[in-house]
Amino acid sequence: MFGLDKKDTSMLIIVAILTLFAPFILNPFPTESAMAQFNAGYPDLMQRFVIFGIFAIGFNILFGLTGYLSFGHAAFLGVGSYSAVWMFKLIGMNVIPAIMLSVIVAGLFALLIGFVSLRRSGIYFSILTLAFAQMSFNLAYSVLTPITNGETGLQLTLEDPRVLGVSATADGSIPVTNLFGLEMRSTFELALGPWAFQFNAGYYLCALIMLAAFYLAIRIFRSPFGMMLRAVKSNQQRMNYTGLNTRPYTLAAFVISGMYAGLAGGLMASMDPLAGAERMQWTASGEVVLMTILGGAGTLIGPVLGAGFIKYFENIFSKINDNVLHTWFSFLPDGMEDAVVFIIHPFIGKGWHLTLGILFMLVVIFLPGGLVEGGQRIKGWLSRRKAKDSGKAAGETNPAE
Amino acid sequence: MGILEVKDVGKRFGGLQALSNVNLSVQENSVHAIIGPNGAGKSTLLNCLVGKLIPDTGSVMFDGQSVLGRAPYEINQMGISRVFQTPEIFGDLTVLENMMIPCFAKRDGAFELNALSAVLRQKDILQKAEHMLEEMNMADKRHMHAAAMSRGDKRRLEIGMCLSQEPRLLLLDEPTAGMARADTNNTIDLLKQISDERDITIAIIEHDMHVVFSLANRITVLAQGTPLVEDDPQNIRGNPKVREAYLGESA
Repeated sequence: MFGLDKKDTSMLIIVAILTLFAPFILNPFPTESAMAQFNAGYPDLMQRFVIFGIFAIGFNILFGLTGYLSFGHAAFLGVGSYSAVWMFKLIGMNVIPAIMLSVIVAGLFALLIGFVSLRRSGIYFSILTLAFAQMSFNLAYSVLTPITNGETGLQLTLEDPRVLGVSATADGSIPVTNLFGLEMRSTFELALGPWAFQFNAGYYLCALIMLAAFYLAIRIFRSPFGMMLRAVKSNQQRMNYTGLNTRPYTLAAFVISGMYAGLAGGLMASMDPLAGAERMQWTASGEVVLMTILGGAGTLIGPVLGAGFIKYFENIFSKINDNVLHTWFSFLPDGMEDAVVFIIHPFIGKGWHLTLGILFMLVVIFLPGGLVEGGQRIKGWLSRRKAKDSGKAAGETNPAE
Repeated sequence: MGILEVKDVGKRFGGLQALSNVNLSVQENSVHAIIGPNGAGKSTLLNCLVGKLIPDTGSVMFDGQSVLGRAPYEINQMGISRVFQTPEIFGDLTVLENMMIPCFAKRDGAFELNALSAVLRQKDILQKAEHMLEEMNMADKRHMHAAAMSRGDKRRLEIGMCLSQEPRLLLLDEPTAGMARADTNNTIDLLKQISDERDITIAIIEHDMHVVFSLANRITVLAQGTPLVEDDPQNIRGNPKVREAYLGESA
C-alpha cells in the first residue's frame, strides 16, 4: 500500500493509530488519582511529542543515513519559527502559509550552511555546523534585533498589519492561529467516568503532518537516493571511484533534514505564536542528537520514540517536587521518609537532566542501537522462550509415544 | 594510439622525485602490467591516472581526452574503473546492494535525486545486479553483509562492481596482495576470463611475478620513478636490465 512493502505499511499504520489515539493512550490514569501527574495526554505536551518527532525524523535522514553528525540543526528550527511568526504578523493567522514559508526559508538556510560545512566531514563537519548555529543564535539575540526582537523574542502585537486578516479581533485582542477558521487552541474534552480526554485541533494538525513526514521518510529510506546515502556512510572512497559525486548527495540530505527542522519550527510557532533565540541554542541542537541516538539512529521509528521519551521525561519528571515525594513515601517512618526523599531529590524537578543523563548512558552502553534495539532484543527473547516452551512441550509428549 | 596514453608525466613530493618522464601506452583490449620494485612509483602513477593526484608535468589521455584536473568520479564516468589493493566495498550494505550501486551510477550518472521511487521497483537495475552476481558466482551471498565476507569474496565483489559499470579500462592495484595461493589463482582465472570474454582493457600493477606472467601480454618495468623498458613478457624475462633492477642478482 502507498508504494510501501508490507512491513513498512504495517509500521506506518501502527504509528498512525498510536498518534491518532494518543489522547487516550497517554491518559491512562483517572484525573483525580495520585498517578494523574504521569498522564501526558494534554494538548501542549502531545503537540511537543509530534513536533519534536518531526524534527528527529528529519535529523535522522542526515545523521542516520549519511553519518554526518550535525550539531547545528536547531538553527533551522529557529529560522522556521521566526519565518512563521513573521507570516502571522504580516499576512494573517492561517497556519498553512506560515508553515510553507518556514519550510522554504529553513531549506534555503540549510543550503547555504550545508554548502560550506559539507566541504569537511567527521568532527570538522560537526564543529562547522555548531559554529554556524551559534552564529545564528548570537545574531538572532543581538544584531538582528529588528527581525528577531532580540532576547524578548518575536511576538504578535495589536499593531501588526496582517493584510489578509485583522490586526485585532472585535474585542480588542490578538487573533489566534487557525487553519481556515479552525482555531489551533480549540480543544474538545471528553469525560468518561473518572477519566478526561482532550482532543486538540492543533495536536491533530501536527499529528497528520508528522504522519506525512514519517511516510516521506520511509519512502526516502527505501529509495535509490536513500541507498546512496547509506553508501556515503559506508565508503566514500568507493563512491567516488564508482562514478558518484558524494557532495550533492550529502547536500540534498542536509537540505531535506533542514526542511524537516523548519517544518517543526513552523509548527511550533503555529501552536504558540512566538519565537525566541533560545530555540537555536546549541543545547537545542544537542537535544535532537540525543533523541535520535536514544531512539536508534538509522532506524525509521527510533527518532520518534526518542523524541517522545525525552519530551515525556522533560515534562513529567521535572514536575515532580519534594512535596509530591513526601506524599508518596508518607507510609514510611518519618526519618526514613526524609532520607528517601533526600536521595531521590537530585533526580527530579530541575534535576531531571540527571535522570535523563543516566538513562542515556545506560542506553548507549547496553543498547548501542537505541530503544529500537531494546525492542528487538525483547522480541527475540520472547520468541526464543516461545520456541523453548514448544520444544519442551514436544519433549514432554515424546516419551509418551 | 593506445586507449591510455601517458606522456612525460612527472610528480614530485617535496624532495622526492616520485615520477619523471613516464611514457606509457596501453593498447586497447590488452592486459598491460606495470611492475617494479618497492618505491618505483607504481602507485603514484596509478593515482595520477584516476584523479587522486595531479601530475606536475606531462599529460594523461584516455581515449583522446585528457583526464588531468578531473575528479575521480568524473574519470570513472569516462570509463575507467579502479580496483584497490585492499578491497573497497560498501561493508554496511548487502552484497546485492553493493552490486546495484555501480549499476545506478552507470544508468543515472554522478548524481540523481531519486528519492521517492522504491529500490525494489528498479527492475532493470535489480536484474543487472543479479546477473552480475551470478557471473561472479556469489548469487547465494546476495543478502549477506558485504563486510562479513572473506577477503577473496570481497575482491571478487569489487571486481564485479567495477565490471557492472562496463568500463573500457579496468585498473587493478596489486589485486592479489596478501591473498592465499588458492585465492590468488582464482583471481588470475577470473581476470583471464574477463579479458577473454569482454571488450575491455586491463592495466594491472603487481608485485607477484606469477600473476604478471600468467596474465600480461605487455609489461612496463618501472624503476626509480621512470620506465626502464616496455616489452612482451618473454623479452622481459630475459632482459638483463630488468633482472638487475627488479629481479635482483639472485634471480
